[in-house]
Amino acid sequence: MTAINTPNGFQLDTGGRRVVVDPVTRIEGHMRCEVNLDENNIIRNAVSSGTMWRGLEVILKGRDPRDAWAFVQRICGVCTGTHALTSVRAVEDALKITIPENANSIRNIMQLTLQAQDHLVHFYHLHALDWVNPVNALKANPQATSELQQKISPHNPKASAGYFRDTQNRLKKFVESGQLGPFKNGYWTNPAYLLPPEADLMAVTHYLEALDFQKDIMKIRTIFGGKDPHPNWLVGGVPCAINIDGIGAVGALNMERLNLVSSLIDQSITFIDQVYIPDLLAIASFYKGWLYGGGLSGQNLLSYGDIPDKANDYSAHNLLMPRGAIINGNLSKVHKVNLRDPDEIQEFVPHSWYAYPDAVKGLHPFDGVTEPNFELGAKTKGTKTNIQQLDENAKYSWIKAPRWRGHAMEVGPLARYVIGYAQGNKEITEQLNFVLKTLDVPVTALFSTLGRTAARGLEAQWAAGKMRYFMDKLMTNLKAGDLSTANVTKWDPETWPSHVKGVGFTEAPRGALGHWLVIKDAKIDNYQCVVPTTWNGSPRDEAGNIGAFEAALMNTKVERPEEPVEILRTLHSFDPCLACSTHVMSPDGIELTQVKVR
Amino acid sequence: MMNPAMTNPRVLILGIGNVLWADEGFGVRVIENLLTHYVFPENVEVLDGGTQGIYLVHHIEAADVLIVFDAIDFSLPPGTLHSIYNQDVPKFLSAKKMSLHQTGFQEVLAMAEMLGHYPQHLLLIGVQPVELEDYGGSLRPLVKAQIQPAIALAFDYLQNFGISYTQIEAKMHIELADPALDMQRYEAERPSAQEACRLGDERIIYASNIKIIPPQSNPDAIPVAVDFRGQY
Repeated sequence: MTAINTPNGFQLDTGGRRVVVDPVTRIEGHMRCEVNLDENNIIRNAVSSGTMWRGLEVILKGRDPRDAWAFVQRICGVCTGTHALTSVRAVEDALKITIPENANSIRNIMQLTLQAQDHLVHFYHLHALDWVNPVNALKANPQATSELQQKISPHNPKASAGYFRDTQNRLKKFVESGQLGPFKNGYWTNPAYLLPPEADLMAVTHYLEALDFQKDIMKIRTIFGGKDPHPNWLVGGVPCAINIDGIGAVGALNMERLNLVSSLIDQSITFIDQVYIPDLLAIASFYKGWLYGGGLSGQNLLSYGDIPDKANDYSAHNLLMPRGAIINGNLSKVHKVNLRDPDEIQEFVPHSWYAYPDAVKGLHPFDGVTEPNFELGAKTKGTKTNIQQLDENAKYSWIKAPRWRGHAMEVGPLARYVIGYAQGNKEITEQLNFVLKTLDVPVTALFSTLGRTAARGLEAQWAAGKMRYFMDKLMTNLKAGDLSTANVTKWDPETWPSHVKGVGFTEAPRGALGHWLVIKDAKIDNYQCVVPTTWNGSPRDEAGNIGAFEAALMNTKVERPEEPVEILRTLHSFDPCLACSTHVMSPDGIELTQVKVR
Repeated sequence: MMNPAMTNPRVLILGIGNVLWADEGFGVRVIENLLTHYVFPENVEVLDGGTQGIYLVHHIEAADVLIVFDAIDFSLPPGTLHSIYNQDVPKFLSAKKMSLHQTGFQEVLAMAEMLGHYPQHLLLIGVQPVELEDYGGSLRPLVKAQIQPAIALAFDYLQNFGISYTQIEAKMHIELADPALDMQRYEAERPSAQEACRLGDERIIYASNIKIIPPQSNPDAIPVAVDFRGQY
C-alpha cells in the first residue's frame, strides 16, 4: 500500500493511474498538475507545479526603488496595478513617506476597480466555461431563456427573446464556421456539465456582454493612471494632478473626467447587481450538489487585508478588506497577522527548485534568497527538458512553499470572506447569508470550489460599492479645497537613510500579496515578492503538508479521466496567476527555449 | 492585401511582449520608437500592449487595420524579420502564451470576432529572437537593428490605406507609461553583473553545499496513464 497521511489531514495514495495536465490553460503563467486516480477515478494524490522561474528578484536588485513599480507592473499581464501599488507601499514603508488623503482614495478606487474587473473577467472569460456549455446553448429556446432572465434578474432590461435569439444565431454562425474560437478545447459532451440549454444561452450572452463591459470599467484606471493598459504610479501619492475648475495644468483631472468616473462606477454597480450576481446564483443552483474542492478552505485561511479607510494607517481596524488568519477551521478565533514578524511568514524550499543556505529551514521574506537550483528526484520520469512525470518526494516546482506559523494556507476571495464572516463583518455576513439562503445550503457549503467562485462574485459587488464610497470621499475632500495628490518631500535619495527595510501589501484579486524590500545606499539591495499563487500553488514542505491547490483536488471524482474538466474547474476557482511567461513558441506549439538550467 | 477603397480606416499599431525579457521586448520597443519619432493622423492609434490579453480586445475591436509587432519563432535565423498577413496571423500567434491568463493573442482576436468587430486587414511583423533568457536585459543588437526595418515594413503597408505620417525631432520624453522602462534608461541604469548577479543570488551562488543532480529516467517509476501535455 502506498498511502501516507499528511500532517494537515489528507491521505495521499500514489497508486493507481497517473494523469498529467500541462499546461493548465486559462491561467497566467505556466502550471502543471499531476494526479493519481484510484479505480473509481477519484483523485487520491495531487501534485501542483509551477514550471516557470520568475527572475524578478534578480531584475530589481541595484535599481532605483522609486522605479520598482514600473518593473513589477510588467512582470505579468494581469495583476499589473496591484503589483505596482504593493511596490510603492513597500518603498513608502521603508522611507516613512506618508501620502495625501486624495491619493489614498484614488489608489483605493483603482485597486477596487481592478478587483471588480478582474473578478468579472475571471467569472465570464476564464472560469465560466468550466460550468457553462456553449454548444448546448444552441439547443435553447430563446423565449424560455427570456423568461429565465426575467425571473432571476427582473430589472435587467436586456431580456427579450429576440436578444437571446440574436446571440444564439451569432454563436451558431461561429460554430458552423468550424472555428469555436474562445470555446475550442472544451469537453462539450462531458456529463459534468449540468445546466439546461437556456441557462447556457443566458450565460454565453453575458460572456459577450461582460467582454464589452469590462472595457468601460477599465476607463476608471486609465483616467487616474493616465495610460491604458499600463497605468502610472508614484511613490508618495498618485501621479495625477487635479484641477476641478477645468483650467490649468495640461493633463490635470477636471470635473468632466471625475464625473465620467462617477458614472462608470454606477454602471459597474448595476452590471454586477443585474448580471453577474444573478448569473452566479442561477448557475450555482444547478451545481450545488457538486461540493468538491474545499481543500484548505475549511481549515487554514490567510488575508493581509487592504483598502485603508484613512490614509497611511495599515493596521487591521482601518482596513476595509479584512485581515487575519484562521487555523484548523476554528472560526471563533481570528489570529492577528504581522508581516514583519520573522516567525510568522516563512518560505521553505525542500520541494522547490531553489537553494537555501540551510535546506530545511524557512526564511522570512526580509531574509529571502532566490537562488534557482533545478534538480530532479530519482523517481522522475523523462529528462530534464522533457519531464514525463514529476517526483514529488524531491524538488518539483518553481514555486516556494510559504507557511504562516508553519501552516499551509489558502488565500483569496474565499479566505477574505470567511475571515470577514468570522470577524462579524456586517456587509460580508449579510452578503453570505443572502447567498446561503437563496441557494438553501449550509455555511459549510462555502468550503468548496463553488464557494470560492461565489465569494469572488460577492467581493466584486462589495468592491463596486466601495468604489462609490471612495469616490464620494474624494469629491468631498476636493470640494473642501484639498487638491493635494502627492507628497514629494522625500523624493530626493539624499534625504534617505543609508540602510532601511520596508514591506508593502495588498489583497490582489487572487489573494494576499506582499513585497519586502531592503534599500541600501539608495538602491534596491533585496526584493522578495510572495504572491497569492505562491500560497495557493505551494508545493509540499519539509513536514509533508500539501498546499491549497493540491488539497482542493483531493478526493474529487473525475467523470472522464481523458477530459479533466473537474480538475480545471477547481484549479480555475483560485484564479491562478503564475506570473509571466517568457517562452516563445513556434507555430506548432513546440517550445523554442526552456527555462535556463544551471 | 491591397486597399479595397477604404477611406479613413481606423488603424491600430500594436506592440506586444515583455520588455523585461531581452528580445521578448521587441514589439514594445518598436512602439516606443514610433511614439518618439513620428506623429500620425487621428485615425491611427499606436499602443504598447505589453503582456495584456483580454484587456486589449476593445482596441482591436475598434480597428479596421491592425498591425502587430512581436517576437515570434519562425524557425528562421536569429534577427530575421518576417511578415504574416490576414488569415495566417492567428496561426502564428496561436501557441504563444504571453498574455492575460494565457488567453493567447489568437483568443483575443477570436473574442473580437465574436463581438462582431474583426479587423479587415491584419499584418503581423515578427522578429526571430536571439536571446530571451536574460532577465532584466535589453534587445540584442541583431534584434535592435530590426526596429527601423520593421517600421519601414509597416509604413509601406500603411500606404495601401493612404495613411501618412510625419517624422519629428525625437521627443524629449518617451511615451511609454513608465519612464524607468525607456530603452536608454533601462539599459543605462542596469547594474553591472558584479553589482547585481544576473544568474541568481550571489549570497549563496558559490556556496559549496549547492549541487545539481542530473536527471535520470527511472524505469521503475509509475507510468503516466493519461498525458495531456501540450494538448490545451
